Amino acid sequence: MRQRRRSRLIAIAFALPALALNLLVIAGPAVSSIVYSFTDWNGITSPEFVGLANWSRLIADGAFWNAIGNNFVYLLLFLTVPLAMGLLGAFMLARIRRGAALFRVVYFIPYLLVSVITAQIWRNILDPEFGLAAALHGIGIHWLDGVYFFADKRFALYSVAFVDNWHFWGFLVVLFLAAMQGIDSAQYEAARIDGANAWHEFRHVVLPGIRPTLTFALTIIAIGSMLVYDYPFILTQGGPAGSTDVASLLVNRTAFLARDAGYASAIALALSVLSAIFLVLFGFLRRREES
Amino acid sequence: MSTLAFRARRRTRTEERPPGGLGRTPYSYLVLTVLGLFAFLPVLVLIVNAFKTSLEIGTNPLGLPSSLDLSNFAEAWRKGNMARGFANTAVLVLGTIVGTWLFAGTAAYSLARLNLPLKRAIENYLFVIISLPVQMFIVPLFFLWVKLGLINTLVGLVVIYVALNTPFSVLLLRTFLVGIPRELDEAARIDGANEWQVATRVILPLSWPGFATVGLVAGLGAYSELLFAVTFLIDVEKMPVATSFLQFSQGFTQLYNLVNAAGVIIVIPLIVLFLLMQRRFIAGLAASGTKG
Repeated sequence: MRQRRRSRLIAIAFALPALALNLLVIAGPAVSSIVYSFTDWNGITSPEFVGLANWSRLIADGAFWNAIGNNFVYLLLFLTVPLAMGLLGAFMLARIRRGAALFRVVYFIPYLLVSVITAQIWRNILDPEFGLAAALHGIGIHWLDGVYFFADKRFALYSVAFVDNWHFWGFLVVLFLAAMQGIDSAQYEAARIDGANAWHEFRHVVLPGIRPTLTFALTIIAIGSMLVYDYPFILTQGGPAGSTDVASLLVNRTAFLARDAGYASAIALALSVLSAIFLVLFGFLRRREES
Repeated sequence: MSTLAFRARRRTRTEERPPGGLGRTPYSYLVLTVLGLFAFLPVLVLIVNAFKTSLEIGTNPLGLPSSLDLSNFAEAWRKGNMARGFANTAVLVLGTIVGTWLFAGTAAYSLARLNLPLKRAIENYLFVIISLPVQMFIVPLFFLWVKLGLINTLVGLVVIYVALNTPFSVLLLRTFLVGIPRELDEAARIDGANEWQVATRVILPLSWPGFATVGLVAGLGAYSELLFAVTFLIDVEKMPVATSFLQFSQGFTQLYNLVNAAGVIIVIPLIVLFLLMQRRFIAGLAASGTKG
């Protein structure tokens, strides 16, 4: 009996540092952020309870809806372009023998780059004077003359999402390829005997075969799009005229520049609830597939 | 062993392919090459423009450089204070790796091999924590760090990085630790080893691939992280190389030769490491999942 209690104490002693750290950095602040969302707080002096004032302010706040709207545009772009590129790359890669390892390395390199460097690459290429536009101008093509991809509010959000996509899609290729290689080869044989062409094979063998991985990819894309921060922060700081403002930028601006930490907590909480909805939705999808 | 079997299976599959199937591969190569150029040409632009003068970028924006002049790299290193940036990055990366090993290793060991109560509940708790968005806790955490005097310090940032990496690392390490036979540590205990000795002398050497993956993911994260670094560090002297690069690039807008050279210097360690240990990279990043 004493032996048992001793072994329990040792086990708790091993687990305690990690749990304490978690409480300090993540769980504690997460819970207090719920409390702060009902207060007026500048971060330093003691918070003042204001009931639902932050929430009614949020509902009427044009800046919040603008940012969330941009998050959803981001989500739509990411649910289509990189997903299609990832599936296409992986499907083609699964069909070849020679050079597959090389292609896989090349596709993965953008994903390795630090976000500030990825941004620098595309700032250079999309610069009207020192990039693609100037190169085309040199050979007499003037399509891109005077196009400011990051400074024109018609293009800025799409340009930022494009850069993020360039960084991200190779990860999806590697993820999907691993899943496709797990499909039983007998299923391909059966499809070929039935005279399936490449599209049929993709539609009826590959897509059903990688469904769990596809759901996982949709989950990380949805959550990543709701919480995106790096590329809008680096490339445009949310501008011009709020056209690339996203919720994470708004939270940080409200909390750390305007020192309106109570209201920032409310925005952050709304954002968290939104991404939790996606998490539950895709979790539900996955469970339905498993059963 | 398993890779060999795997290759053999793939080979027979392709050879058994009906002739009509093989005819499709040229299209595959065409598509793959186009995608490959899309991934690689922009990286090439970063590299070639790092060798040009700023005048040459104006006249020849995307072509090859006229000479292999390394002076941009020296100037970027000096003007960007990159020695200081890399020193800060080294503190962050090493601190995060060692801290994650300690905190996640002990907790995973307890979950996998010791008599810990409420195991199931703790695992579920970790799953919830992993899916918690950063925005859920960053605001109160910032002001807590102000109060504790940890704001604008590398130690404060390391503590955050370790805490962010620990939940997923515990779950990953647990799967490695569960697989080691119980007889081994019982034998060591009979020989008079205490719990700490069992953990470090018997279990650790057998589970090092898990620790290597965790260390790689934690280290890469600390090298590249932006949101916490720009929010929690204020003085440029404290900033890691990636964050001070951002300041540098904003100070020298359109001097692409210089800024690109700094970028190449920052990226080289990552590419070399990746080429050396591809398999672990892909496994680790797939397991951690959410860097996008």
